[in-house]
Amino acid sequence: MLWLEKAARRAAYSIVVATAAIAFVGQGAQAEEKVVKVYNWSDYIDPSILTDFTKETGIKVVYDVFDSNEVLETKLLAGGSGYDVVVPTASFLSRQIKAGVFQKLDKSKLPNLQYAWPEIYSRIAQYDPGNEYAVNWMWGTTGVGYNEAKIKERMPDAPVASLDMIFKPEIAAKFKDCGIYMLDSPEDIIPVVLNYLGLDPNTTKPEDLAKAEETLLKIRPYIKKFHSSEYINALANGDACMALGWSGDILQAASRATEAKNGQVIKYNIPKEGTQMWFDMMAIPADAKDVDEALTFINYLNRPEVMAKASNFVQYANGNLGSQKFIDESVLKNPAVYPDAETMKKLFVHLTWDNKVQRLTTRMWTKMTTGQ
Amino acid sequence: MSTGTSGLKRWYVIGAPYLWLLVFFLIPFFIVFKLSLSEVATAIPPYTPTFSWSTGIVSFLSQLDFQNYSFIFGDPLYVNAYLSSLKIAFFSTILTLLVAYPMAYGMARAPKSWQPTLMMLVILPFWTSFLIRIYAWIAILKPEGFLSIFLIKLGLISEPLQIMNTTTAVYIGIVYSYLPFMILPLYASLEKINPSLLEAAQDLGSHPWRAFWQVTFPLSLPGVFAGCLLVFIPAVGEFVIPDLLGGSETLMIGKTLWTEFFNNRDWPLASAVAVLLLLVLIIPIVLFQRQQEAEREAAR
Repeated sequence: MLWLEKAARRAAYSIVVATAAIAFVGQGAQAEEKVVKVYNWSDYIDPSILTDFTKETGIKVVYDVFDSNEVLETKLLAGGSGYDVVVPTASFLSRQIKAGVFQKLDKSKLPNLQYAWPEIYSRIAQYDPGNEYAVNWMWGTTGVGYNEAKIKERMPDAPVASLDMIFKPEIAAKFKDCGIYMLDSPEDIIPVVLNYLGLDPNTTKPEDLAKAEETLLKIRPYIKKFHSSEYINALANGDACMALGWSGDILQAASRATEAKNGQVIKYNIPKEGTQMWFDMMAIPADAKDVDEALTFINYLNRPEVMAKASNFVQYANGNLGSQKFIDESVLKNPAVYPDAETMKKLFVHLTWDNKVQRLTTRMWTKMTTGQ
Repeated sequence: MSTGTSGLKRWYVIGAPYLWLLVFFLIPFFIVFKLSLSEVATAIPPYTPTFSWSTGIVSFLSQLDFQNYSFIFGDPLYVNAYLSSLKIAFFSTILTLLVAYPMAYGMARAPKSWQPTLMMLVILPFWTSFLIRIYAWIAILKPEGFLSIFLIKLGLISEPLQIMNTTTAVYIGIVYSYLPFMILPLYASLEKINPSLLEAAQDLGSHPWRAFWQVTFPLSLPGVFAGCLLVFIPAVGEFVIPDLLGGSETLMIGKTLWTEFFNNRDWPLASAVAVLLLLVLIIPIVLFQRQQEAEREAAR
C-alpha cells in the first residue's frame, strides 16, 4: 500500500517536475511539445535528473509512480496504459514480453548501452533473451534488515549475516516481541527459502515447495506483518526490529532513521547462504506514442554520470559498468549494495512461474499468512 | 394532445432511473459476469476468449463455462473469506449502532439552534481524505502510539497495547469510518419524532426509560434499519481498512479478490468472486430498497 502513503509526495513531485518542465519548455517557443511519460517505482529517482533531462533535450517528463509490480502489470495487461517508459521487475517483465506488452528496442538509438555491465546483462538475459526488450535501471537483493541495538539486546551473538535469523524458529522466536516483518510476496520469499534449504530456487516440484511451506509455517507465529512496503517506516521508527525485504528499501529505512536522529541504527546484510537478485527494467510498451523520446530518455539515463547520480541517490546498484567511477565510495564500497565477486556467485535469479505454479504458490502463501 | 405530452413526460421520469440502473449497474455487471466465465491467458487483455465479430457470437459463447465457480466452491478459502467478511461487517454494524445512537439522540434533542453545528461536526471529517484518516489511526493504535502512551501515563496499563495489526483495529477503523452513515439516518428519524408523544407518555406515568423503549425507539426503527444497511453493505467488501489496520490473519473477501486479481493475474476468477459477493449482498440491498420505498409511501 505504498501508493497510499506516497499519494501526497507524488502530487508534490508532479508539481515540481511539471513546473520545471514548463519553465524550460515554455521558452522553446510554440514548437510542438515533446513529452515522455514515465511510470516508475515510488522514491526511485533523483528528481534533479528529470529536470536536467528536460533542460538538455527540451523533452518534458511526465513522471508517475507505483509501488507494486502487480499494479503496473494490471495497467499494462489492460492495454492502453498511455506510458512510454515503464519499469517492471525482470521476473514480471519476462511474462509481459510473452503477453506482447513491449516493443523491441532500437539499439542504434541507445549508444550508451556500450557501458552495460556484461555480468548483469547475462543474468537478465534469462528473463529477456538477447536483452532485446529492456534496459536495466537498478538491481538489488532480498535480505535481512535489522535494528542493531534491539537485536543485540535480545541475542548478543545473533547470526546477523545468515537467514537463520528468520528461518530458524528458535532464533526468530527471540525477536517476536520487537517485530519481524516480511515481504508479502511469494515470488520474493519462496525462492529464498528453497535456496536456504539447499534446494533449487527455481524448482516447481510440489514436494520441494511443500518443504518451503513447512519452514515458513514454523516461523509464522513470530512474524508480525506481511507487507511489501510498510517495513521501511516500521524499521526506521523502531516498530520493527527485523525485516526480510529489498536491499534498497532497507538502506532507505537506515538513512531515514539517521535523518530522524531517533537513535535507531538499521543494518542490511546479504545472507551468507545466498539470496535472490532482482532487476528493475526499463521497457517501452508496444502501444507507446513517444517512442523516440522514450529511447532518448533511456539513453540519457545510461550516461555513466547520470546513472551514477541515480545510484548515489537511491543507494541501489545499477547495471552500468561505466557509471562505477562516478559512484560515491560509500555506495560502491558497501558490500550490501555492490557485493564482492564471491557473494555475487551465491546470488541467484528466480525465473517466472507459469500460471499453475503461480496459483499453487499464492494459495500456499495465503494458507501460511492467514491460516486458511 | 395534452395527455400525450404528459404521458411522454411520465415515461421520461420512469425511464431515467432505469437508464441509470442499466448504464451504471447492469452493463458493468454483465461485463464482469462474462469475464467470470472466461479463462486466464498470457495476453492483452489477460483472458480468453475475447469477443470478435469475425468468429461470431456462437463460438464465443460456446467457449464460456462455469469452472471458475466450481473452483471457488472447491476451496474452503473463499467460503471462509465470505463468512469472515460477513461476520466482521455484522459486528461492526452493531458496534457502530451502539456508538451512533446516543450521538444521534443527543443531536435530535439538542436545542434547534445547535443542531446545524452538531450536524456540521459529524460531516466535517469527510473534508479530510478517508485514507489519511485511516493512517491517523495507525499513529494512534500502534504500540508506541498515542493511545498506549496516554494510557501508560495515566497508569491504567503498564505494557503497550497490542491492537495495531489485529482484527480489533479493523473493527475500530470500520466503526470510525462509517459512523456518519449511521448517525445521519438515525438523526433524521429521531428528529421527526413529535416531542409531545414523549410528554404524553410521561404524563401518563411512564418512566423515561420505558418511554424511550416504547415510543422513541420503535419510531426510530426506519433510521436504525437504513443506518445498519448503509454500514453493513460497504463494510462487507471493505479492503483498505483491513489492509492498513488489520493483521495478516484478518481474512476478508476484498483482500482475497485483490490477491486473485493482482497476484494470480486471474481476472476471470476474481470476477467470479465479485459476482458471488454481489449475490451475497443482494439480500441486504433489496431489503434496503424495500425499506426506503416503504418510507416514501408512508411519507405521502
